[in-house]
Amino acid sequence: MHLTVWTYEGPPHIGAMRVATAMRDVHYVLHAPQGDTYADLLFTMIERRGERPPVTYTTFQARDLGGDTADLFQRAAHEAFERFKPAAMLVGASCTGELIQDDPAGLARALGLPIPVIPLELPSYQRKENWGAAETFYQLVRHLASPHAPKPGAPRPPRPAGRPASCNILGPTALGFRHRDDVRAVTELLDELGVVINVVAPWQAAAADLARLGEADFNVVLYPEIAGQAAQWLKRQFGQPMVATVPIGVGATRDFIVEVARLAEVDASLALADSASRLPWYSRSVDSTYLTRKRVFIFGDATHAIAAGRIASEELGFTVVGLGSYSRERARDMREAAARYGLEALITDDYLEVEAACAALQPELVLGTQMERHIAKRLGIPCAVISAPVHVQDFPARYSPQMGFEGANVIFDSWVHPLMMGLEEHLLGMFRDDFEFHDGAGASHLGHGATTPPAAPVPEAAAAAPAADRPILLSWAAEAELELKKIPFFVRGKARRNTETFAGERGINPITVETLYDAKAHFGR
Amino acid sequence: MNALAPLAAVQGCDERPVLRERGQREVFCGLTGIMWLHRKIQDAFFLIVGSRTCAHLMQSAAGVMIFAEPRFATAIIEEKDLAGLADANAELDAVVARLLARRPEIRLLFLVGSCPSEVIKLDLSRAAQRLSQRFTPQVRVLNYSGSGIETTFTQGEDACLAALVPTLAERPSGAARQLLVAGVLADAVEDQFRRLFAAMGIAEIGFLPARRAGAMPEIGPDTLYLLAQPFLTETARALERRGATRLPAPFPLGIEGTTAWLRAAAEAFAICPARFEAAITPGRERARRALDHSRGSLAGRRVFFFPDSQLEIPIARFLSREMGMELVEVGTPYLHRDHLAADLAMLPAGIQLSEGQDVDRQLGRCIAAAPDLTVCGLGLANPLEALGLTTKWAIELVFTPIQGFEQAGDLAELFARPLIRRAALEV
Repeated sequence: MHLTVWTYEGPPHIGAMRVATAMRDVHYVLHAPQGDTYADLLFTMIERRGERPPVTYTTFQARDLGGDTADLFQRAAHEAFERFKPAAMLVGASCTGELIQDDPAGLARALGLPIPVIPLELPSYQRKENWGAAETFYQLVRHLASPHAPKPGAPRPPRPAGRPASCNILGPTALGFRHRDDVRAVTELLDELGVVINVVAPWQAAAADLARLGEADFNVVLYPEIAGQAAQWLKRQFGQPMVATVPIGVGATRDFIVEVARLAEVDASLALADSASRLPWYSRSVDSTYLTRKRVFIFGDATHAIAAGRIASEELGFTVVGLGSYSRERARDMREAAARYGLEALITDDYLEVEAACAALQPELVLGTQMERHIAKRLGIPCAVISAPVHVQDFPARYSPQMGFEGANVIFDSWVHPLMMGLEEHLLGMFRDDFEFHDGAGASHLGHGATTPPAAPVPEAAAAAPAADRPILLSWAAEAELELKKIPFFVRGKARRNTETFAGERGINPITVETLYDAKAHFGR
Repeated sequence: MNALAPLAAVQGCDERPVLRERGQREVFCGLTGIMWLHRKIQDAFFLIVGSRTCAHLMQSAAGVMIFAEPRFATAIIEEKDLAGLADANAELDAVVARLLARRPEIRLLFLVGSCPSEVIKLDLSRAAQRLSQRFTPQVRVLNYSGSGIETTFTQGEDACLAALVPTLAERPSGAARQLLVAGVLADAVEDQFRRLFAAMGIAEIGFLPARRAGAMPEIGPDTLYLLAQPFLTETARALERRGATRLPAPFPLGIEGTTAWLRAAAEAFAICPARFEAAITPGRERARRALDHSRGSLAGRRVFFFPDSQLEIPIARFLSREMGMELVEVGTPYLHRDHLAADLAMLPAGIQLSEGQDVDRQLGRCIAAAPDLTVCGLGLANPLEALGLTTKWAIELVFTPIQGFEQAGDLAELFARPLIRRAALEV
């Protein structure tokens, strides 16, 4: 048994729901107990969908367990077919359904429905959401595209001269972090290169579209966690090469363009010269100088975390001090990526481990999921969200892709913004004792008469760090403590840690203002 | 508003027809009760023994609450636990020992059963006994099931409180008669009721659950209890097994419900009517003024209830009698005719009552009826809004303080707000 409060990923049937909900005419019949319908609200509330997800649950109860749950499943499947008239049906079980061993595959087959019925085996006690999405997409692709596959070993016929190259975009799902806008951003890139898009899947695809996947010349895999397995299969069956570069960041987008241009046999120079990305200039402008070597901690799914590492170090001039992911399936890729920054990748799905790593490193910026946002808040460190799981505010109304040149603009703004806020907050804190800024003075935008109750003291980063990290015998002279408070709160934790390490190593006690500055000189910055 | 007296005659024998349906149910399981139970009992911890799905449900339902060091967690069953039951027990003991070492302030630990733990027949009641012996006297370990196969949403609270009742201390014989209020109420609401009962002159009063494990009320044959919530079937049964007697009353929602609920206690304790009136008049008058704000938005509007919490019938009674709304269909996941007798008797004749659910059929009825306001869960709310219906999401009704005089206006406003919003938006 594994004790947890927070999980980065849901169970695998949630992944299957994400694929089914992304598509247009696929229905999922899920053998699940009453209560598992909670998952609907992820789609209707977090993603704000205006339709219910295309999922029928058997919602069996204790009184059904006597032996007619199989009948219940068949009835649910039959009624779902009659009511929704899907073009293909997925059938499977959630974690409890798996335990009662009713065999949805066999039961559905016995119904003899006149549509493809695709059974899903999703081992809930071993695997998780992204695996479930990948497996579901793979099974859909395999069942629906197989009949159109050429004979094994038959060479792929060359593309007729004069016909533009075409590709599929694979991987975007419902409840994906910025999938909606990434599809648009990548579509625009491909349009610019003159590449025709054959099918986007599973996002808004029909079952019939999946049958046509083999007609494209190559595949663009946007999210390897979800589409990697299906793309491998398409490569084997149809000889379709795949674009493996994920175009998140200016550099990665340029690499992506070069790779697509090579496969499509088109000229990339126009697309590469695209000035849509303001990131390079913004990053060079002198205002960004203060970003240099900011220490950044990155955690998320493998695709986004790896991409964020590259942007942070190559495009914003940060120093990556921690890199990790909850995607165990891609642990090897993560370790390779981390090694580029001289780091050991943190592969875990335990948020307490992530919190401990973050607290120990005292970065100046955290890039992560919803969870890291809360960890960073507790530690008083600025943070931006780069990966699922995310909450409702990260399904924004405005266009905000992560991919392509516009994605790079969005990333620049969303990562730099919390740092600016941190700086602003520090300035306000510094001037707190100033007559215009004392606690009793209201915010200026509320007018002169307004007063607010004294604010609670700003929680210090160091106070939230585990006490065990600090040598017990060290004490701070009052004057040194005051001096420490003049340091911006978002780097104060690091300063405290460095100073105490410095003092501890040299046997200095108590810590004075001198020690503080000696340590500063020793460590730099 | 003296509706209670003539209604007493029909209590328990309301024979109006109820549409009973079976099919897909779009409801929460009982685990979600932990969201408010753990806020109420401040030194209790709720350990779900379940799957990743259970943990995922809890974090989806808890929203941001999950980061505030919540006193609940899930012990996720893994492949190796399914291999043999003996292992699962040893694993559970290890998880509990680790948990209690990290949270020494915990005095009461609930092992909460889930669908997976019930289906593999993991005996959590024996585990609770075993662990209670091991950690006594610091921590008492109890168990109940919040599984979806056995419980719907608020029934999780019922199962929890029913597990608590056998552990309540016996009132010494010869002690004065005691009033016990059963059901989680917001602290502010509990305090209001406590003040009202004191003003009437009822001295001995207990609330179940109490805010701390060590302060749970006593119980005995001289205990008279009022249900504050309509979903406490098992808890009532457990209280009666301990000798307590239920005071029949409508639920304390709106002016009428609150007055009759308080009066049930006043009459049982032979409080003189003048003193009762004096105690409740200020609150009742404030509630009257508060309800006037929303009446214009609600009167004459047609409302449809999907089943969710069992609060539907008393709330429908309030909306129809005090706010002048018209009831199209009132769905409830489970109908306890006896406990709801007083509320049922106050519903207008001829309305559609339904128990259980076949969600697609019910959606068909709802869309066909085109009500002005639909009360439903979050899985249905946005899809219905997209079809042009105005909705009120039901879960808020169990998280927001709605009972008693001071909250009557808030309760009405919860329903008025979506209608006001629909009227205000011009895009």
